[in-house]
Amino acid sequence: MTTVVTGGGGFVDVLSGFVAELRAAGLPVSMTEHLDAMEAVRHVPLEDRLAFKYALGATLVKNDAHWRAFETIFDVYFSLRASGFVAGDLAAPEDGSLAVAETALFDAGRSAADVEMAGLSDDELMALLFEALRDGDDELLAVLARQAVDRFAGMEPGRPVGGTYYLYRTLRHLDLDGVRARLMASGGRAFGPQSGDAGRSDLADRLAREEFDARIERLRRQIEAEIRRRLVADRGAQAMAKSLRKPLPEDVDFMHATQEELASLRRAIQPLTRRLAVRLARKRRHGRRGPLDFRSTVRHSLSYGGVPADPQFRYPRPAKPEIVVLADISGSVAAFARFTLQLVYAICSQFSRVRSFVFIDGIDEVTSYFDGVEDIGHAIHRVNTEADVIWVDGHSDYGHALETFWTRWGQEITPRTSVILLGDARNNYHASQAWVAQELAKRARHVYWLNPEPRAYWDTGDSIVSQYGVFCDGVFECRNLRQLERFVDHLA
Amino acid sequence: MTDAARPPRFASIAAVRDGLRDVRYLADEGIAGVVYLADRLLKPVLVEGPAGTGKTQLAKSVAEMSGARLIRLQCYEGLDESKALYEWNYKKQLLRIQSQRVDEAAGGSWEDIEEDIFSEPFLLTRPLLEAIRATEPVVLLIDEVDRVEVETEALLLEVLSDYQVSIPELGTVTATQIPLVFLTSNNTRELSEALKRRCLFLHIDYPDLDREREIVLARVPGIAAELAEQIVRIVRSIRGMELKKHPSVSETLDWARTLVLLGVESVDAEVARDTLHVLLKYQSDIAKATKELGGPAPR
Repeated sequence: MTTVVTGGGGFVDVLSGFVAELRAAGLPVSMTEHLDAMEAVRHVPLEDRLAFKYALGATLVKNDAHWRAFETIFDVYFSLRASGFVAGDLAAPEDGSLAVAETALFDAGRSAADVEMAGLSDDELMALLFEALRDGDDELLAVLARQAVDRFAGMEPGRPVGGTYYLYRTLRHLDLDGVRARLMASGGRAFGPQSGDAGRSDLADRLAREEFDARIERLRRQIEAEIRRRLVADRGAQAMAKSLRKPLPEDVDFMHATQEELASLRRAIQPLTRRLAVRLARKRRHGRRGPLDFRSTVRHSLSYGGVPADPQFRYPRPAKPEIVVLADISGSVAAFARFTLQLVYAICSQFSRVRSFVFIDGIDEVTSYFDGVEDIGHAIHRVNTEADVIWVDGHSDYGHALETFWTRWGQEITPRTSVILLGDARNNYHASQAWVAQELAKRARHVYWLNPEPRAYWDTGDSIVSQYGVFCDGVFECRNLRQLERFVDHLA
Repeated sequence: MTDAARPPRFASIAAVRDGLRDVRYLADEGIAGVVYLADRLLKPVLVEGPAGTGKTQLAKSVAEMSGARLIRLQCYEGLDESKALYEWNYKKQLLRIQSQRVDEAAGGSWEDIEEDIFSEPFLLTRPLLEAIRATEPVVLLIDEVDRVEVETEALLLEVLSDYQVSIPELGTVTATQIPLVFLTSNNTRELSEALKRRCLFLHIDYPDLDREREIVLARVPGIAAELAEQIVRIVRSIRGMELKKHPSVSETLDWARTLVLLGVESVDAEVARDTLHVLLKYQSDIAKATKELGGPAPR
């Protein structure tokens, strides 16, 4: 250990600001954890950025899904500070050491290579970039990233433009797709088996492509970091962190999730259903005690010399839960529907008796589509193309869909069935046929309604969720993972 | 915090990393940093991550490296106090009472017996108490803590935050030395806030390319550098696919060992296809990986 952070006022303030920003981003950081972080950074050398980061991470972030948000904020607050900003921000004299360390850090990054490179023409720069990517030269790439931002981003101080705009401008000039294609053409075989046999080189091609993708992704991240560094220098950490604030994975709205967010949601769903299964199983095993188990009691009494001191009970044999899912897959909830189908698929893999139905204005059973498929995408495609869900015009008609369900499958609902309805109940002013919900509730064990719309929009316009809701055991707003989780907890 | 402070076990983060490397555990910056901090702050480490990434091995390796005794508590559903903390040795107590009856003729009193049967000789220590009472350095591993119920989790709190165990009949047993504690979790359920707050958090993910290659080189004797390189690249490629279960580090190692045993020098699509079952455990995953890695269907 060389430098130890002495708890100077300036540093305490910076850390407090950092923690406040974490909280603003939605991370649950408690007081104790804040203190732990203060304590932890005393033990790591300040110039070791990585150690510093992991010290903060280990004390402040207790959920892996939050790591990304933490990393972004950390970068803004600690890694990306330009020298000028630090000097201004941490003017307190006892923090001279900190400011000096920061400055040194920042300057060390700017080596002679930067100066040298400024003299090159754009074409030469591109050639250099190509070589660096081909050889996987990370140091050169870092310099090139700075250089590229210098030249192509066209950043102006004080201009109220987001970092993505600059990123887009830089990347447009670099033409990374073209670079990738040329990389593949030049050194595509470098990573696989060396044999020239054309049939076998598929694997080599794939490996090479992935390697180049990884390198290009690294470059992209470096460019992004460089742009952020400059924006932080321009606007200050707090403003920057605020503009970068994104919802945590559990707060991402299903209806407006981006492709990337959907992918991470999908990963999060799997453990959620596993948890659901575990919870239900536990509930079943640790339920109410049943009648005395005479045989077992006698067996156990042997160790007490024949005195039945430890009575044994028979546990009630629980019924397996039967789940029926009815999902709206119309256009108004399209994003949610895709997600719903993934949820249904995940539920199917955990429970043996799940029946799934999809509807728009007609309704169709799709249980078999999910049976034994390994690829959820395939199943969703089949649902979207093969399921017979359009009766008249392909606009949601909950009334007709429910009525059809009741006449065709209503008999199969038993007191052991839990019915889950997924949809926004926007009925296009058709008849609601709410009596079906009432009948379902009478016959089934539970009826739940999950609505992907914010509660404030319920029963506005053509939404008639409360007409059905009065008969359900519960109507839940289900716009993000957190709310879905709450529902799962409620269910179990 | 108790007074039973101890001199730090590790001099620096680099020392942790080198020490772990000596026992053939390749830690990255994060792992080494958190282990170092755990030692300095006297706090337990909660290790999370996918199965087979070396969570349990980390605790074992730290124990091996620091020459400490490893005490392991395997968690399971239904784990209770008498299995985790301590239990009175009823049979021995019973014997003691019976032998007292013989003594009573000689004039022993009930108070003596009561005093006697709730004393240390009649106490069966379970892992947690054992770790607290040990006088030599100890690494305590609480494995798969997510398997116990939320209520049982509370049992751990006193041990983890204050390093002490309260036994109503005896009083409070305080640690003579602070053990280094690792808790592992496979994240089948959310652990309670109270538990998380007391721990340092460490997420161990699949290692990156370079580290995994080093792991393969360190753990598989007699493997050529070239082969190791190919293996980790193919494994990375497979982890990029959407599978039921991704290959873990231990499965990568199994695969590497298999290939070495088979005398393979270079992995092509055919070899990969024929040995994929070592890496993947579901038929549907194998079929999918085979398709994506190229070449016709197996056999």
